[in-house]
This record gives sequence, C-alpha cells and structure tokens, in this order.
Amino acid sequence: MTVSYDNSKTIFEGIKAAGITSISALPETWLGLLLQRAEDDPDMQLIQVAKEEEAVGIAAGAYFAGEPHILLMQNHGMFGALNGIVSLAQLYGIPLCMLIAVRGHWGEPYPWHTRGGIVTEGILQALSIPFEHARDPEKVGKQIQEAWTFSQSSLSPVALLLTRDLMED
Amino acid sequence: MERAQCIAMLYPELEDKLVVTIMGASAQELYDLGHRENFFYLQHAMGLASSIGLGLALHLPEEQVIVLDGDGSVLMNLGGLATLARYRPKNLLHIIFDNGSLLSTGGFDSHTTAGITDLAAIARGAGIEHVVAVDSPMDFGEAAVEALERNDLSVIVVKVKAVGPDNYGMDLALPENAFRFKRCVQERKAAR
Repeated sequence: MTVSYDNSKTIFEGIKAAGITSISALPETWLGLLLQRAEDDPDMQLIQVAKEEEAVGIAAGAYFAGEPHILLMQNHGMFGALNGIVSLAQLYGIPLCMLIAVRGHWGEPYPWHTRGGIVTEGILQALSIPFEHARDPEKVGKQIQEAWTFSQSSLSPVALLLTRDLMED
Repeated sequence: MERAQCIAMLYPELEDKLVVTIMGASAQELYDLGHRENFFYLQHAMGLASSIGLGLALHLPEEQVIVLDGDGSVLMNLGGLATLARYRPKNLLHIIFDNGSLLSTGGFDSHTTAGITDLAAIARGAGIEHVVAVDSPMDFGEAAVEALERNDLSVIVVKVKAVGPDNYGMDLALPENAFRFKRCVQERKAAR
C-alpha cells in the first residue's frame, strides 16, 4: 500500500479552493505528499510543529489575525492536543478546522495504531466535535469547504476524518 | 524583584503591541493595571501562549507581539521554543517570568527552582539566538528595550519572586476577551 498521489493532490486543491492560505501540521505518513505540496506552494504558509497541541495555539493566533488556517494531524496527534482543543478553542469560542488522518481503523495492519483508531470517534463525540469521514476523492473538496465554513460559523472545532479509502492506493 | 513590578515597567510600552499572557497571576497583574483591547489572557491551556504569539506574529508581520509567559507554562510546551526558533518571527518578544513555582495552582516548586533547570539555556539550545536572563529591574528594563528595538525573535527569562496578587477576578468573560481581541486586531489591520 502506498499513499495516494492523486488524492493527496485533490485534497490540496480542495484546501486551496476553500481559500486556505496557512496550515499548521505535524508530518504523518498519509499527510506527507500533501504537506510537500504545501511546502512547495509559495502562496501557502506551512508551520510545522513539534507537538500537535501547539497547532491549536497557532490556529488561534491565525484566527485573531484573520488568516484562513487549517490544522493537519493524525488522530493520535489530536489526542495530544486535547487540552488545547478544550481549554483554548472550545472555552474561548475559537474555530478550528482540523483535517485528521485516521489511523488504526478498518484494514489497519499495524497493531500500534489500533487503540487510537478504535477510540477516535468516541473521543470526538464526547467533546461534541462535529465530524465527517472523507472517503471519496470526488467529494473531499466540497467536504473541506464545508468543514471550513462550519468551523467559522459555529466558532468550534470541526474534524474532517481522512480515511484509508482516500489516503491509500 | 516581583513580576508585577516588571509588568508595570512594561505597561506603557504595551499600548501599540499585541499582548498574550498566561493564566493566573500574570494575567491578573496586567489586567489590574488597566485592561486594553489588545490584551488576550489565556486563562487555561497552559503552554500555548507562545504558540498563540507565534500564530499572531507570523500572520501579522506589521505588528509587534509580546507574550508574557511563565516557567510552569513553558515547561509544558518546551517543543514550542523549538518551533519559535525554526520560524523565527522578527516581531515576537517572548518574556518568561520564572518564579520557580506553580504559584497559581498551589505554589509547588517547579523544575526551575534552585537552578536545576535553566530555561534560558533551553531556549538557546532550541535555537533562539537572542536570549537573556535577568534578575533585576534595571536589567529587565534594558533587555526589554533592546529586544523591542532588535527586530528579531527575542526571549527574556526574568527571575522573579513567587508572589502574586491578593485577589483574582476580571470583568471580562473568556469568549468576550477573544471576540474583542480579534476585533481589535482586525481594526488595527484595517487602519494600516
């Protein structure tokens, strides 16, 4: 299995079409090709963090600055960012548009990803974070646009879950 | 030296800056000097004040951003110092008040007590070029003036006593602070 070149391109085009100009991220295998595109695009600011919780702070700063910004991370990275999501974004009413690579679910061959994959949806539900799964390259662009729009109107974290169907060939 | 004294020295300089503080005593001491619309108080999410500062500084290069941080918060986000170093915003001044204590949560010693952990050395090791450690009001004042004139990412670690205000409370709901701070930033942007 390899990371999908075509779908990574489609997702990046969807991010651009949604008007996003800034991304904070922690590199992850499924997100690699996507982040490479972000890095190579002179009109996109890519900020790589050491730990995902930083990205929540950076996203808040970008929001105050009026810069269209999204977060890219793995589901396990989101777990490490939870206090920031709750005690900065949700507490203060700051939108977060999160694109999250969901490892450890249907078809997962690697044991180390599995617990995180199994509990991801439950954690999102417990925190009242609205989420949708992105499975189809035909639809993902629209889903990114919708996730962005909803995060801004609800002043809330919103998660678009990037699945194996979309991210692997 | 007390943190409140340093914040009071800095206060006249803050009118035209964007200021992010951590929770507890730092936030309260700044608020008690007189709230301004360009102040954002991060009353939770320890560690993320510097990350908010980075997000502001990178996206608002025409603004000068000051983060009022503390040893306990910085210890929760040491990786953030490395991220600051990597992106090196010229318009960010990161002031770390080091009282060696988790004062706002019961006064337990932090790792910086008795010189065990050296935050200035960590900041330098993270790759930040302009880092100074000060422990007197005069040195703090000089370091702050130099940093504000430098036009480069700067960190000042300020050794202060583990004391805080007698009373806590703000007439400012947390989302209200966020909404008004954002509006202030946008108005300043539009006025340029």
